[in-house]
Amino acid sequence: MAVIFQGVGAAAALASSPSNSFDSNKSVFAPRRSFSVRKGASFAVVRSDGTVNLNPKDRRAQLLISNAVATKADSAAASSSSKPGHELLLFEALLEGLEEEMERDPHVCVMGEDVGHYGGSYKVTKGLAKKFGDLRVLDTPIAENSFTGMGIGAAMTGLRPVVEGMNMGFLLLAFNQISNNCGMLHYTSGGQFTIPIVIRGPGGVGRQLGAEHSQRLESYFQSIPGIQMVACSTPYNAKGLMKAAIRSENPVILFEHVLLYNLKERIPDEDYICNLEEAEMVRPGEHVTILTYSRMRYHVMQAAKTLVNKGYDPEVIDIRSLKPFDLFTIGNSVKKTHRVLIVEECMRTGGIGASLTAAITENFNDYLDAPIMCLSSQDVPTPYAGTLEEVTVVQPAQIVTAVEQLCQ
Amino acid sequence: MATAFSTAKFSTQPFPLNPTSTTSHDSSIVFARPTSQFLGSTRKFRLTSSSKFNLSRRSKTVVAVSDVVKQKKSKSSPSLLITKEEGLDLYEDMVLGRAFEDMCAQMYYRGKMFGFVHLYNGQEAVSTGFIKLLKQQDSVVSTYRDHVHALSKGVPARAVMSELFGKTTGCCRGQGGSMHMFSREHNLLGGFAFIGEGIPVATGAAFTSKYKREVLKEADCDHVTLAFFGDGTCNNGQFFECLNMAALWKLPIVFVVENNLWAIGMSHLRATSDPHIYKKGPAFGMPGIHVDGMDVLKVREVAKEAIGRARRGEGPTLVECETYRFRGHSLADPDELRDPAEKARYAARDPITALKKYLIENSLASEAELKTIEKKIDEVVEDAVEFADESPVPSRSQLLENVFADPKGFGIGPDGRYRCEDPKFTEGTAHV
Repeated sequence: MAVIFQGVGAAAALASSPSNSFDSNKSVFAPRRSFSVRKGASFAVVRSDGTVNLNPKDRRAQLLISNAVATKADSAAASSSSKPGHELLLFEALLEGLEEEMERDPHVCVMGEDVGHYGGSYKVTKGLAKKFGDLRVLDTPIAENSFTGMGIGAAMTGLRPVVEGMNMGFLLLAFNQISNNCGMLHYTSGGQFTIPIVIRGPGGVGRQLGAEHSQRLESYFQSIPGIQMVACSTPYNAKGLMKAAIRSENPVILFEHVLLYNLKERIPDEDYICNLEEAEMVRPGEHVTILTYSRMRYHVMQAAKTLVNKGYDPEVIDIRSLKPFDLFTIGNSVKKTHRVLIVEECMRTGGIGASLTAAITENFNDYLDAPIMCLSSQDVPTPYAGTLEEVTVVQPAQIVTAVEQLCQ
Repeated sequence: MATAFSTAKFSTQPFPLNPTSTTSHDSSIVFARPTSQFLGSTRKFRLTSSSKFNLSRRSKTVVAVSDVVKQKKSKSSPSLLITKEEGLDLYEDMVLGRAFEDMCAQMYYRGKMFGFVHLYNGQEAVSTGFIKLLKQQDSVVSTYRDHVHALSKGVPARAVMSELFGKTTGCCRGQGGSMHMFSREHNLLGGFAFIGEGIPVATGAAFTSKYKREVLKEADCDHVTLAFFGDGTCNNGQFFECLNMAALWKLPIVFVVENNLWAIGMSHLRATSDPHIYKKGPAFGMPGIHVDGMDVLKVREVAKEAIGRARRGEGPTLVECETYRFRGHSLADPDELRDPAEKARYAARDPITALKKYLIENSLASEAELKTIEKKIDEVVEDAVEFADESPVPSRSQLLENVFADPKGFGIGPDGRYRCEDPKFTEGTAHV
């Protein structure tokens, strides 16, 4: 089983990894190292805002902190007297974040299919209905377009709903409301109405779930003006992004991944949020910048092990914010390594990678030594057969090959 | 038929104006009579059974209302439907709606407003009849035919006209336009271009009202939401989905169908398997009422009951108002499909003329008083046009201001600063 790690001392961390195979299907794995003792950083995440002193370039990023998330953990980073935190699975982290926000603000409510009594199809809302009641954790009929619209109407009139799509793919039925109302109403009303809604749900390619349950909607939603999109990948950023999304005045779409719900990690006890607009530095490096998000992060890290053994030093960034892109973190990385590889689960056509390629080319073309490579899923409806499904998405071996090609 | 039972059941609630209470499903018979005022299309409506029909049965209880009115005609009796003050208020609101829309047409043809403009002429009774009963905190959700809903709800004529002219002083800063009238102050939640997409928003507003009362414990929160939409929308999924949810959770909402028989060029009868929209309410567990939408007093009586029901927490109501638009679907519609005879029939039932007649015959107002109101409205509308004309157009700097409530949503730029901090953003020249 693979180790999920982020931060300084990547080589050391890599050396501590127990095995080479990555099987995200196994439900539980624990990082070998306790993150709380890592020097200079609060916890699992090394953020581009300079919680870790990588090099002087990030000093400017440190000034960003005044705008970025102010977590108490930041300032207390130096002193490792912070509590050791607690271990939980990713879905529990989401649940914890949601529960804390619901306790903090009585206007926060949840709407979706089977979120109440059933506890959510992936248990992200488990126990909430008992605690907060059937109106605050609303079991809706199967009418995505209408209950998403209902969430938008509720958001306009003072509530802060969290709308769950049982599977992200189901939100295709809510496209009318998401595009027209969620994204546009603040603008067309001349700023009179805000829509502090969070739309979330599991998406991505799972284990032989079939084409319709394996969709990646981030590429469909990315053009909608007026919304933000974030993708979580670890328990730490899942909780942090959930809380930040709920607190944000903008409509936010939070993409979770079906296969990541059982990732385990130790996260802080204290209150923290993750900045919605920032990317996450997973592994600093020198040779190539690998940009990824969600589940592909783990394929990339697995490939990174192989690459390190072969002598490469990849810098891995989890872009986290799919819309807008954190061009600062990404740009700094490009300026350092001059080579970019994008690894994503979206389809090749019109995916997040395509947009990211365009953004990097527009902004950092002078810094590139080679054309940007983008590894995406094939433009294929995800097949049911396991063997076919496996080759639809990007596998670590492809990533290794791509880096070798880029670094020639 | 199951629906007949359920209609009967719901009519026994304290709701006197449900015309379906004693009729069976065979009340479809009313459509058989060729001269029925409801039959707008050239298509003949075929009977499925051979029961006798009764033209007035469809609107039987509302006929009772106007019977009462006729009887008391010569007496100045307290059993009139409205007081003088109310009557003048209603009259003024309807005249404002009519005059405003007429001015819109003029301004459009003079090139002051553009795009799709959908006028409300002829339907004023519905807007006035319902919205004048609301409080400021109650919400209204409309469609693209929303100018008059905005005016009835209290949005100043100046703000609406400016919005139509695309000026910064418009109610939406010129960013919404004809089809997107919003007002936070007056709780007008839009203004939607796609039909049906406003109904869930209205359901959400009603949900908030219930949430405030039951979760946030604001015990006196009894805000009601009205959702206005047309006959075409009643074949749309969102309509049915929201009827279900509203009835399921007993949301304080009234679904008001402005059935003007035409969805652009599509006759309601050609598009709908069962054209009786009010019957679809009981299928979801709420009362379904049909009312003569050309008569503001009848609409008002029905509205009182429906809004009262919602306020008391008894749940939603579906009200179908039979009405008609005197103009085309929009100012771009040549309106060639509708039968001139049908138009003439409805023109004879002009709601403003009808109310005027009622007020005068019942000695509630004199011709002079009504003329004064008309003159006042003319001035209001002229003033609105002047104001809009003189207002500034939006400057470039306005372009990016309202895309996000929190402009951090534009993200972090290559230089490490939030893009919204870039001066180009405030100038509107930044490319996003």
